[in-house]
Amino acid sequence: MIIKKNTLAAALATGITLLAAGAASAEVLFWSTQARPVEEAQAMRDQVLSGFSGDVDFQPSENGPWLTRVDAETQAGSGKIGVLGSLHGNLISLSDNLADMSDIGVDGVNSAFLELGKLGTDQQKYIPWMQATYIMAANKKALEHLPEGADINALSYDQLIEWAKTMAEKTGSPKFGFPAGPKGLKHRFFQGYMYPSYTNSMVTKFRSPEAELAWNKFKELWSYTNPGSPNFSFMQEQLLTEEVWVAFDHTARLADAFNTRPDDFVAFPAPAGPTGRGFMPVVVGIAVPDTAPDMAESKALVSYLLEPATQIETLRATNFFPVVDVELPDDMPAAVRMSGAAIATMSGSADANPGLLPVGLGDLGGKFNAVYVDSFERIVLAGQDVRTVLDDQADALRKLMEEAGAPCWAPDVASEGACPVD
Amino acid sequence: MYPRSLPYLLLLPSTLFLCVFFLYPFGLVAWQAFVTDTGQFTSEFFVEMKSHWKFNTAFTNTILLALAVVPFQVCLALYMATLVNGMKRGRDLILYIWTIPLGISDLAAGIIWLAIFEQTGFLNSMMQGMGFIDQPVSLLSYQNTGMIFLAILLAEVWRATAIVLVILVAGMGLIPKEYYEAAEVFGAGRWKRFTKITLPMLKPSLQTAMILRVIMAFEVFAVVVALGGTNLPVLMGEIYTWQFDLQDANVAAAYALVILLISISCTLLIMWGLRTPKEARV
Amino acid sequence: MSEAHRFGSGPVQAAGPWSRYLFTGAVVVLCLWVLVPIYLLLVNTLSSPEAVATYPKRALPEFDTQSLAFFMNYAGVGQALWNSIKVATVTMILSIGAGAPAGYALSRFDFRGKDTFRVLVLMTRAFPLPLLALPLAVLYIRIGLDDSILGLALVHTTLALPFAVLITFSLFSGIPIELEEAAWTLGCNRFQAFIKVILPLVLPGIAASAIFAFVISWNEVFAAAVLTIEHRTLPAFLLQGLAESPLHLKFAGGAVLVLPALLFIFLVRKYLFSMWGIANR
Repeated sequence: MIIKKNTLAAALATGITLLAAGAASAEVLFWSTQARPVEEAQAMRDQVLSGFSGDVDFQPSENGPWLTRVDAETQAGSGKIGVLGSLHGNLISLSDNLADMSDIGVDGVNSAFLELGKLGTDQQKYIPWMQATYIMAANKKALEHLPEGADINALSYDQLIEWAKTMAEKTGSPKFGFPAGPKGLKHRFFQGYMYPSYTNSMVTKFRSPEAELAWNKFKELWSYTNPGSPNFSFMQEQLLTEEVWVAFDHTARLADAFNTRPDDFVAFPAPAGPTGRGFMPVVVGIAVPDTAPDMAESKALVSYLLEPATQIETLRATNFFPVVDVELPDDMPAAVRMSGAAIATMSGSADANPGLLPVGLGDLGGKFNAVYVDSFERIVLAGQDVRTVLDDQADALRKLMEEAGAPCWAPDVASEGACPVD
Repeated sequence: MYPRSLPYLLLLPSTLFLCVFFLYPFGLVAWQAFVTDTGQFTSEFFVEMKSHWKFNTAFTNTILLALAVVPFQVCLALYMATLVNGMKRGRDLILYIWTIPLGISDLAAGIIWLAIFEQTGFLNSMMQGMGFIDQPVSLLSYQNTGMIFLAILLAEVWRATAIVLVILVAGMGLIPKEYYEAAEVFGAGRWKRFTKITLPMLKPSLQTAMILRVIMAFEVFAVVVALGGTNLPVLMGEIYTWQFDLQDANVAAAYALVILLISISCTLLIMWGLRTPKEARV
Repeated sequence: MSEAHRFGSGPVQAAGPWSRYLFTGAVVVLCLWVLVPIYLLLVNTLSSPEAVATYPKRALPEFDTQSLAFFMNYAGVGQALWNSIKVATVTMILSIGAGAPAGYALSRFDFRGKDTFRVLVLMTRAFPLPLLALPLAVLYIRIGLDDSILGLALVHTTLALPFAVLITFSLFSGIPIELEEAAWTLGCNRFQAFIKVILPLVLPGIAASAIFAFVISWNEVFAAAVLTIEHRTLPAFLLQGLAESPLHLKFAGGAVLVLPALLFIFLVRKYLFSMWGIANR
């Protein structure tokens, strides 16, 4: 018993000493949901942040712990986090607790992204950090099955369906892959690609006949899609193992395939539908919480991250593209060159129909995504009736838009007051 | 015989502990399930949870998984424990091997079993090597939830039987050998000795093992997500979704209370089913 | 006397050859069942990135240590490993220190509130930790426990406590009270009787539940990721990005997490196994 007590006391003492040691440090804690994969985190520390004048402690974490920690610091009124790095969707719900960053120089930063970063206020709540979008990738083996006359750089959804069908029939197993897994970014496909391509809308025409057609087309595509897709979240994995030959995903989630075997894969734009080639740029922002221990140092780090040289290193480390105008050197990784070219073709195409990330939803952003994911799971996975599901989900969507009072954004036509759902 | 306060003194450290590190945060979270941000009592969060189209599926899946996994594990662990006990040599080695999964987290177990079941995984490689299939088949397909269920079942049995085993082996070690010797004298066979001596004497350990396993089975998540993706929603997964994706802490708290409720009910059921009558207590 | 004689199912050599084959067969199958998945993990860990993505998979590793080397050189892995060990050790001590007395009380005394206590202990396991992390983190930041080994160990102790209490409870319940009573009549007081008679009997079992505590703490990610910043444990440090890392690193990372735990169980196996010795003493 006595021995036990001593060990206990020793343990307590260790804990307390460590506690004291922790408080003395002056590093900026960079709390990020991005660059989580171990190699990217390593590259962020070694190549990107090592050039900063001060010390940075880069800690990437999953959404759950990330959010919990930020919330806890906000509630406690003090904290350790110096800089937050996360998706628009996560930062939008923290709006009230982010410091204004209007005083940071933002020369050359895309103005549409800067506007997004205001989160519907008149302050610069976050500053764009890096951007990405979604494209298609294919194994070169798949190209011989392309439908006659189809141009891979100007594909339509009908051609994609035919292509997927031919591949499934010729090879005996479905070779199209879709990131429908738990961490897959499927909602962005429906919001930014399918809906704009078929309805020229993301919200207003949610339950329109055009939308019904789109979902039926998607169901058709799904029947030639690898049935393991509900387990796929990073299509680079299945492309590399050749479980699938053709896939849609986020550029950063295809990068490993392009970098590992650049000669075996091609990158190309997302397909087009009746109302154009819908696509959606996504943005990752950096923000400083009100509770940052050293506001000046945090803002210095934000400025550093926006420098062109840092942005290029960040691109190398994470496969996310710069938000400022930079001249890319020639020695960029294969993934950057390949997806860069595909993005340029996509946004430069005559029928390009870019959509914007949802704005003004506050902490309802997650529920907004859920409307699309639920529709997918009910229509496609559970095989429920398209009309019924769309009517159901449209009610949920309308309620959300009204609760948030969010006006429409592109490609929907700007609205007075909450964006209507017809 | 002893001061009336003795049991309470013995319980004091752990109770204090639980009050600060469990009851306090628990109270705050549970409160959210009943009260809106503006302080109104409401049942709307439970209604919202219940009316969500995934609730019933997640609930059923969780219960079904627990029902399939736990009894299987208990029987397997009982069998393994009697095997270990009947061993003359090599007991240490065998028991070490069988307890290896103790140290393996559910996340790691998910990674391991996905490598086996994925389309280009080891199972397909093996079947192709033996000529059963011509090309890799999709084993974890959304069209075949039964197979996914089976894969999760296997992975869970693999991962978490060891803990039941250790508890049962420890319990068996405490059964006095005289009981068996006496039974042998009366000519009781092996099966009879197992059912008449081992099982009844093992009740406290069985109870402990089952309660702990059932409770953990209701919180199953990492393995299910690794193998089932979005195909097989479970309650714990819904909690993550509501708390972190949908950022609705109220409904997440309601879900958590559901898990708590079914866990406590099962605990009480097991406590009652495997109770040791007072006079029989040794 | 044959050692096997004292065990429940009786000596094996007494049975016929068929049942002996059956016995050996069952033991071998069960060993394979446990070992093969771990072997496959090692195959993937020790294969080159290309081999991990190929199909069909090879049954033998190439002994390519590239992926493992990545983790060995990963900045901060050593520190994280050390933090994990510290947190797990403190958890182990705290959970046994608080849990074993409670287990003894539950097994030996009838008192008001006994069942309430048992249910309370179990509730800690039945309520999802990720939701508790937020109020705990707020509390920690306010009282200064934030980002400390001790703070995290305290949370892990709540997770391990039900195991410690229930396992020690069933161990104590298995020891006849007559043993203690005999010691009392021989002039021992309650405390002496406990130390001299009961403790030696249950020590191995207590060691086993301490091992559980260690393993529970070792594998816990969520609270560790929220409550520690500079003192991150290995899972919190590594696992955050593992699921989304390239395949070969995913497997190597899995192995990095699994191997220390295997080693630990190997080192303490003596305590797990000495449980047999007791009944015969």
